[in-house]
Amino acid sequence: MIMHAPPLADWLVIAPIVLCIVVGAGLLCVRKTVAVHAAIAIAGLVLLVVLDAALLWHVANDGPVTMTMGRWLPPFGISFTVDLLGAVLALVSGIAALAAGLFGLVDVDDSGKRYGFFPFLFLLMAGVSGSFLTGDIFNLYVWFEVLLIASFGLLVLGSEQGQIDGATKYAFLNLVATTLFLIATAYLYAIFGTLNVADIAEKARAMDDTAPLATLGTLYLLAFGMKAAAFPVNFWLPASYHTPRIVASALFAGMLTKVGVYALVRTLVMLFPSERAELAPVIAVVAVLTMAVGAMGALAQSDIRRLLGYVVISGIGIMLVGVAVAGEGGIAGTVFYMAHSIVVMTALYVAAGMAARAVGAPLSITDLAGLYRSHPMLSALSLMLFLSVAGLPPFSGLWPKIMLVRSAIDAGSSWLGAAILVNGLLTTIAVGRVWVLAYWQPAPTPGMRREKPALAIEPGFWTEYLPLIILTGLSVVFGLFPEAMVSASQQAAVGILDPASYIHSVFPAGAVP
Amino acid sequence: MNVGAADMTLLAMALPFVAAGLAPYLVRLMGHRAAWVLALAPLSIFIHFIPYAGLVANGRHVTAGFDWVPSLDTRFEWFVDGLSLTFAFLVTGIGTLIVLYSGGYMKGHPQQGRFLSFILLFMGSMLGLVLSDDFLMLFVFWELTSVTSFLLIGFDHEREASRRAALQALVVTGAGGLGLLAGLLLIWNVTGVHSLSGLLQSNEVLRQSPYFLVALILVLCGAFTKSAQFPLHFWLPNAMEAPTPVSAYLHSATMVKAGVFLLMRLNPVFADTPAWHTILPIFGGMTLVFGALLSVRQSDLKQMLAYTTMSSLGLMVMMTGFGGEHAVAGAVLYLVAHALFKGALFMVAGIVDHEAGTREVTKLGGLLRAMPVTFAAALAAAVSMGGLPPAVGFLAKEEIYSSLWHLDPWSLTFLACAVIGNALMMAVGFVVALKPFLGKRPHALGDVHEAPFIMWVGPATLGALGIVAAIAAPFTHEIVSSPMVSAVLGRASEIDITLVPHIGPPLALSGLTIVVGIVTYLAIAPFRRAVGGVLRAIGWGPDRGFDQFVRGLVRFSHAVTDRLQPGSLEVYMTVTFVAIAAALLVPMVVFGELPSMPTWPTDVTFYELTVMAIGIIGLVAVLIAHDRLTAIVSLGVQGFAVALLFMLFGAPDLSFTQFMIEALSVVILALVMTRLRLAPSDHRPTGEKLSDAAIAIACGAGFMLYLMRVTEGSFDATLSDFFARYSKTIAHGHNIVNVIIVDFRGTDTLGEISVVMVTGLAILALIRIRATRTDVELGDNDPREQHDPREEGSHGKRTYAGVEAE
Repeated sequence: MIMHAPPLADWLVIAPIVLCIVVGAGLLCVRKTVAVHAAIAIAGLVLLVVLDAALLWHVANDGPVTMTMGRWLPPFGISFTVDLLGAVLALVSGIAALAAGLFGLVDVDDSGKRYGFFPFLFLLMAGVSGSFLTGDIFNLYVWFEVLLIASFGLLVLGSEQGQIDGATKYAFLNLVATTLFLIATAYLYAIFGTLNVADIAEKARAMDDTAPLATLGTLYLLAFGMKAAAFPVNFWLPASYHTPRIVASALFAGMLTKVGVYALVRTLVMLFPSERAELAPVIAVVAVLTMAVGAMGALAQSDIRRLLGYVVISGIGIMLVGVAVAGEGGIAGTVFYMAHSIVVMTALYVAAGMAARAVGAPLSITDLAGLYRSHPMLSALSLMLFLSVAGLPPFSGLWPKIMLVRSAIDAGSSWLGAAILVNGLLTTIAVGRVWVLAYWQPAPTPGMRREKPALAIEPGFWTEYLPLIILTGLSVVFGLFPEAMVSASQQAAVGILDPASYIHSVFPAGAVP
Repeated sequence: MNVGAADMTLLAMALPFVAAGLAPYLVRLMGHRAAWVLALAPLSIFIHFIPYAGLVANGRHVTAGFDWVPSLDTRFEWFVDGLSLTFAFLVTGIGTLIVLYSGGYMKGHPQQGRFLSFILLFMGSMLGLVLSDDFLMLFVFWELTSVTSFLLIGFDHEREASRRAALQALVVTGAGGLGLLAGLLLIWNVTGVHSLSGLLQSNEVLRQSPYFLVALILVLCGAFTKSAQFPLHFWLPNAMEAPTPVSAYLHSATMVKAGVFLLMRLNPVFADTPAWHTILPIFGGMTLVFGALLSVRQSDLKQMLAYTTMSSLGLMVMMTGFGGEHAVAGAVLYLVAHALFKGALFMVAGIVDHEAGTREVTKLGGLLRAMPVTFAAALAAAVSMGGLPPAVGFLAKEEIYSSLWHLDPWSLTFLACAVIGNALMMAVGFVVALKPFLGKRPHALGDVHEAPFIMWVGPATLGALGIVAAIAAPFTHEIVSSPMVSAVLGRASEIDITLVPHIGPPLALSGLTIVVGIVTYLAIAPFRRAVGGVLRAIGWGPDRGFDQFVRGLVRFSHAVTDRLQPGSLEVYMTVTFVAIAAALLVPMVVFGELPSMPTWPTDVTFYELTVMAIGIIGLVAVLIAHDRLTAIVSLGVQGFAVALLFMLFGAPDLSFTQFMIEALSVVILALVMTRLRLAPSDHRPTGEKLSDAAIAIACGAGFMLYLMRVTEGSFDATLSDFFARYSKTIAHGHNIVNVIIVDFRGTDTLGEISVVMVTGLAILALIRIRATRTDVELGDNDPREQHDPREEGSHGKRTYAGVEAE
């Protein structure tokens, strides 16, 4: 037992999760009073961002922070351990959630709100934050379940046929992945006799060669690869991302896959480094194929939501390059790219949603047209996001790509770097088509449009432009002044590759009895 | 340099971006007169750089900067030497005139503010490009020029041709930019140097490296796409869709020279290598000749000029790569001359178009009386373009001929290229400068006036400069050409060519050029028809190739995506379980993690065997069951057997849970099955059944084998011992499982409770919400894409045009 309460600052470790669950539950209590949802939800999300920022500040200054639940000593209780990796991702996701929450105010109708949009959102954030902040691998599984079921709720909110079709595929395939994660964790417990991440990290490094860790590593690779939508287990993403309210797609595209990549980094890179090295050729091939599938999918689609879904996948391929080459540069590149992808993919879906609302047409690039003339502000922001997602300067996509290409060259796998660059070109063509057709192309003369323009709703500032400006602004800041993100991801990478300080924060007095 | 001057340079580099931000507001405030104010920005930068002219004489340079991304060893560092300074003068000097010109040209255009803003954004990017020292900084500005060029080419975005040209330029130059990035990163990796100035000092490491050729080719990808070298030239003529100020500024005077700039900058690194002296002249020479031939074919003023720009760029690349002091001097002089005369001629073409309403040379004529100033500017520029005295183009051409004049087949080949190219360009230059102004005025033209001062000041200044620079040749050489040549060569060098004729082979070649040029000018119409006929006979060009490439890419992507994402959950599940089986079995075999053969347990009791038998019977019943309901119930049998096993091995809590779950699953599954009205039995064909069985057995075997393997080792029971010891004393609970759930691992339970709650909520939403939208079409790929009958063969059109085809 820990006899003294942890210092107040350390409570920040658990604060984002508690906040999300409490606000989610509170919103559930006032489920039918839709009028108060906006105030509670936005206040909650702002507070979440503040808490995440404070936590990042704490971790950046004092190193990894641990808090063990129920005052049990680790590894007996559940520890939450936050290092720079978790803290950065938690903050970026918090900001993305705030933006999506603002957009959700207008994108979700009253019945959607009554049936739990905001509780789902907060539970999703509880799952996402919990995944980033926990230091216990079974607890990580629990947060995966939380975010899976919350995302399922967001997916079916609307009960349309297409949504149910997508949600079925999403649920089945993700349940398989989550179950595989659970089974792998059972094996892991049988091997290590512990679930605490720091404890496992220490024991795995001390373990002799006879331990059957390669199979375990492969199981985690498959389970989290599925979560991250890596080829060839990426089916669930294109099957579902185009069906829900677009704000739900924005949340999913921003966070879900990135949680999978995060878990891959946390387990494969931090816990089983030598197994990761053995699997590196497999991961490299998977990375390239994922990029190819994503880029080609994006080129093939004309529905913007589907197209963006494939762009998410191609980004996953890029992040996997870092896992394949590892090393400080590779992991740092992956970390930066995760943050970039969370921001930009959320923003792209928000922008697409705004475009669809503004034009009052379905989200096909052949239906949207003339946005450049009718909505210059939205167009400017969208163009920045397009350039950013294609990895062009001066936006956030460029730097992590440079870091990854460099680390690939350094690791002697220039072909991985070349794949990233070719992928960038294909993405440029794909998003360039969207820009040319949906934005530049003039609107057809009235009467040719499939939908009446009467459905068009002018974007508002506080609920639409503001979230888009926040996210795009972040991408611009990361692009023009990348130093903070670069050095943070490099430090995070060092902390992952050499988890001494992570372990020390859990076991200050040395190893377990 | 003191700190103050360095700070001023940084301000100068930032100024165009600030001006770009202000442009739309200024235009809203003052209309087209805002151009006068905005032109002050490039003008003041120009003035800022004048004192540098003395500092960079003869190969010296000035650098300063600050750390930009120290974690990536990246600095924001500028590097001013003769080469970058000349470019800075061109960018800001011509930029000043272009801003003014745009003020007049775009007068009254509703988006004039946006246009000026883009022009200034480009200016800042181009200035950053030529001043960059650090690799990544160079790349960032390089791509920024591509992006701003994209925006400017597509400025008339309502026309399909503009959109197509813009996307094409972005893709081609963007691809080249990525090649450049790869090359720079490779050089960084090989040499450890990440700045141009550093590379210039330590180029031996790179030359010795086995990656030398790869790095060179990658860098050339960037340079050749940007400078429109054959066969990647096709985006440049298409880029003429942009408003004329853009063509004059980006696509003749500055941006397209970025590739030549890069080659010149890296000349000291790569020169004297066989690859450099082979690749550059060959591509440059081809571009020179093809560009000149293609230009003759055109009748649109801007198209003619565009192809001659391509041709001139080829000449510069050829001379840069040919090697030798005179060749470089020729390239440098030609570069400066070209920026002046081509900028002027484009602006003249714009004025003619603006005032007369057409750019078609066959419909123009007799404008001399109406537009004398414009004509004078055009004539001065054409004299320079034709390489006639007293213009700076003459100096360039003399220098080029004297450097190529060697009696060996290699040199003579390129000499022939140069003569043909120059002669054709001279002809085309005079067609542009003379035909619209001389002869009879067609009636269709109507009333035509001279352009306003704000528009003719640009071409007039540039045209005059081309003459003055030649007359004052020693002065020009001292402040511009000699420092630039020194920078390109990497050692101090002096140019001394003047207008004073020096009898010799170069002069004779000039005479020949002039004769051929005049003949071509006089016979331009038949020439045009002849070249056009040949091109029609070929019927294919890289421009069409680009469309075919994009169309093919999109179609291929369609095919692949439809195959990979067929929309059937069954397929997805099958692939997923194959992956699971592979993830279990392959590493177990490859890494030797298979379990050792277990010994048959001796202490197994009769009732344990009975329970196992029940479980197996249940499984067999599932497999042979004729209808689904029997199968479901049989599955329950197997589940109960497992629950019994838990009981026998001393886990009553677990056992009870298992009983409950199994009972509920059977009930729910049976309900769902009946409600879904599925076929009562399984209709899979035998082959599918067998493959599904194989996958299932592989997965099951994998899980079992691995479980046997992990349980072979000794189990670390620290946790369970701790729970057993303290669950009563500290947590005050007798039932360890309960204490684990609510205390030791209570947080997990909290999460699981939330899961249950959210599940309930999701089900509630599913039941209660009535769907309002029905427009979401089923299928993982867009059904409209798949079943669109117009799809076949119309992708190219759809790529740029979309619904216009409907």
